Amino acid sequence: MRGRATRNAIAVGSAALVVFGMAGCSQKAPSSDSSKSSTSAGETTAPPTDLKIVAQVQIDQNGAEVKSDATVAPVDPAGDGTATCAPVKIAMAGALNGPDAALGINIKNGVQLALDKHNAANPGCQIELKAFDTEGDPQKATAIAPQIVDDASIIGLVGPAFSGETKATGGVFDQAGLVAATASATNVTLSEQGWKTFLRGLANDGVQGPSVANYLKNALGDKKICVVDDSTDYGTGLAKAVRDTLGPVADEACNISVKKGDKDFSAAVTQVKGQSPDSVFYSGYYAEAAPFVQQLRDAGFTGKFVSADGTKDEEFVKQAGESSKDALLSCPCGPASPEFTAEYSAKFNQAPGTYSTEGYDLGTIMAKGIDSGAVTREALLAFAKAYDGQGVARKYQWTDTGELTTTLIWIYKVQ
Amino acid sequence: MIHECVGQFACLAGDIGFNVDNLRTGFWQLTIDGLAWGAIYALVAVGYTLVFGVLRLINFAHSEIFMLGMFGAYFCLDMILGFNPSGNAYNRGVGLTILYLGIAMVFAMAVSGLAAVGLEFIAYRPLRRRNARSLTFLITAIGMSFVLQEFVHFVLPKILKGYGGSNAQQPIILVQPKTQFHIFGATVSNITLVIVAAALVLALLTDSAINRTKFGRGIRAVAQDATTATLMGVSRERIIVTTFLIGGLLAGAAAVLYTLRVPQGIIYSGGFLLGIKAFSAAVLGGIGNLRGALLGGLLLGIMENYGQALFGTQWRDVVAFVLLVLVLLVRPTGILGESLGKARA
Repeated sequence: MRGRATRNAIAVGSAALVVFGMAGCSQKAPSSDSSKSSTSAGETTAPPTDLKIVAQVQIDQNGAEVKSDATVAPVDPAGDGTATCAPVKIAMAGALNGPDAALGINIKNGVQLALDKHNAANPGCQIELKAFDTEGDPQKATAIAPQIVDDASIIGLVGPAFSGETKATGGVFDQAGLVAATASATNVTLSEQGWKTFLRGLANDGVQGPSVANYLKNALGDKKICVVDDSTDYGTGLAKAVRDTLGPVADEACNISVKKGDKDFSAAVTQVKGQSPDSVFYSGYYAEAAPFVQQLRDAGFTGKFVSADGTKDEEFVKQAGESSKDALLSCPCGPASPEFTAEYSAKFNQAPGTYSTEGYDLGTIMAKGIDSGAVTREALLAFAKAYDGQGVARKYQWTDTGELTTTLIWIYKVQ
Repeated sequence: MIHECVGQFACLAGDIGFNVDNLRTGFWQLTIDGLAWGAIYALVAVGYTLVFGVLRLINFAHSEIFMLGMFGAYFCLDMILGFNPSGNAYNRGVGLTILYLGIAMVFAMAVSGLAAVGLEFIAYRPLRRRNARSLTFLITAIGMSFVLQEFVHFVLPKILKGYGGSNAQQPIILVQPKTQFHIFGATVSNITLVIVAAALVLALLTDSAINRTKFGRGIRAVAQDATTATLMGVSRERIIVTTFLIGGLLAGAAAVLYTLRVPQGIIYSGGFLLGIKAFSAAVLGGIGNLRGALLGGLLLGIMENYGQALFGTQWRDVVAFVLLVLVLLVRPTGILGESLGKARA
């Protein structure tokens, strides 16, 4: 009986080989050309992927290029080194684990770098960073927000990172009077909730959407665009802004909503191919964008693939490989300066990612506030709301609703 | 959007499309893609259905057995066969690609098979010894599912550098999908061919193993009446181990086929939704019934694709589960309905 079991197992196991043999025979003829184009049989090395996300142009809401003003030096969190303060904490909340953790970690490291520089220069004033992992999930963030608020030693928050979780928790921080400066949540409605403690360290989707849409329509001259969103707060908000600006250029027949977490987009790919647009705009995160662009390219789609800040991450290039080539990625996030890149890389052993500069700048602003004696939640909030200074990424000055006074978008390209 | 709709339901209804044109123009492409997808569901569904037939246990950790299979295949390609992950396709020619895929598949099947048997030994056997209630088994299954996920999420990166963790593995793509021929205007790619052919052969082999061999008869006997089967000299424990093994082997094979199609899917949470779908497929076809699982998988894959063309891509999962509910309303035992023990060859 046992012998037979083994034989069965082997039979089932070796079935795979048989199958591939059969499948191979049936497709030998058409794919023989691909075997010719590949290098000699056996041990070749992997095709190289030296693709990188490179900043192209900075644009305004009409899609026109704006040259950045590089004459003003960014504010240094180190200050003059004489600050004294009671030990206080700054919190950071965002996804530190889970499929979208890369963005959260970029922000956390940015804040960490600013605070470490500050602490090293100011022995009399030590600011501790306390990170809270929300996994980017509004439900988990709702459970974590009270923990942040209840810790009296926390006087400022960088985060939450994503729009959904920010929407779910903004009211809690508002009631507690805790300044919640987000480095990455770009949903338009966040500043319309009447929260007095909400600050946004970058342009919102209401800016990003029209800017990238006008850039595609006016600067690149696209006539037909498929807008695909991922059904998240971020994805639908941005997609709506893009569709509204594009008007008739956004093809009704391929307004597609997919779902975050999906990996198979065959139905969406079929639909896009049927319309053969000039470009596809994907409004969502890199975990889905990578398989989506790959499946589009595999199906023979040759138009442009355009996406936004949720996709602007090295992981996107890593996952999608050659398929990500020439993809355009818009982002309210600014590129890192060479000095910032050097400091960041030395500390974390990796290049700064999306929102690292924003995290650093917001951390710097809080450190500056604490140095100036704003060591209560109330005082730090007042300091931040009145702040006006240059950061690594841009100039920071806020309106009453917590939006920046000047909002520009960067276009990046995978090349 | 918030300003446009009165209540949440109005918003929801506004989102549901009804695009018959979309379904009509893409019909054959949707059918073929759905078939390939359904074939993967079917292979995973067999694991659920066999274990349920023999133990009356819904093995929720089966989706993680599948996930481990994906990592096994990846490990084999990366460490044993020496491919560098790069996200780009290798295209080494038909013969070598088949050889490499075959090796990866055997390895993945071994990993998944061992994991399934290990799961049985560690989690379920001690419970059986203590005559635990079925609810305890269910909770254990759910618990083990999380344990395995979090193991790959947090522990694996510490043991094997570059494996597991929060992000998906950087893909190793052996072969670029390439259109082989057209059916009614729909493109059939080499990957679709491999998936469907491999799944078909594996399904036939499993079916004959269950229905024709002595061991298969043992499995059916235990499924029908465990006590009597034991009295007739069938070793129940050995049958149970074999059942888990077969389920694991098929999950491993399905994992390789899945990564052919979705190279970016190798992540700790990558088996979860697919597992739930495969479980639904098993219920749809009639849980406990091998052919039901195969039929249910294919049906679910195809209907899901039609559904998302008709109502919008974001409704894919809803379509799948509504279909399940509708079928169960009419046929509470699933489409084929019978249990494993009573199924005729």
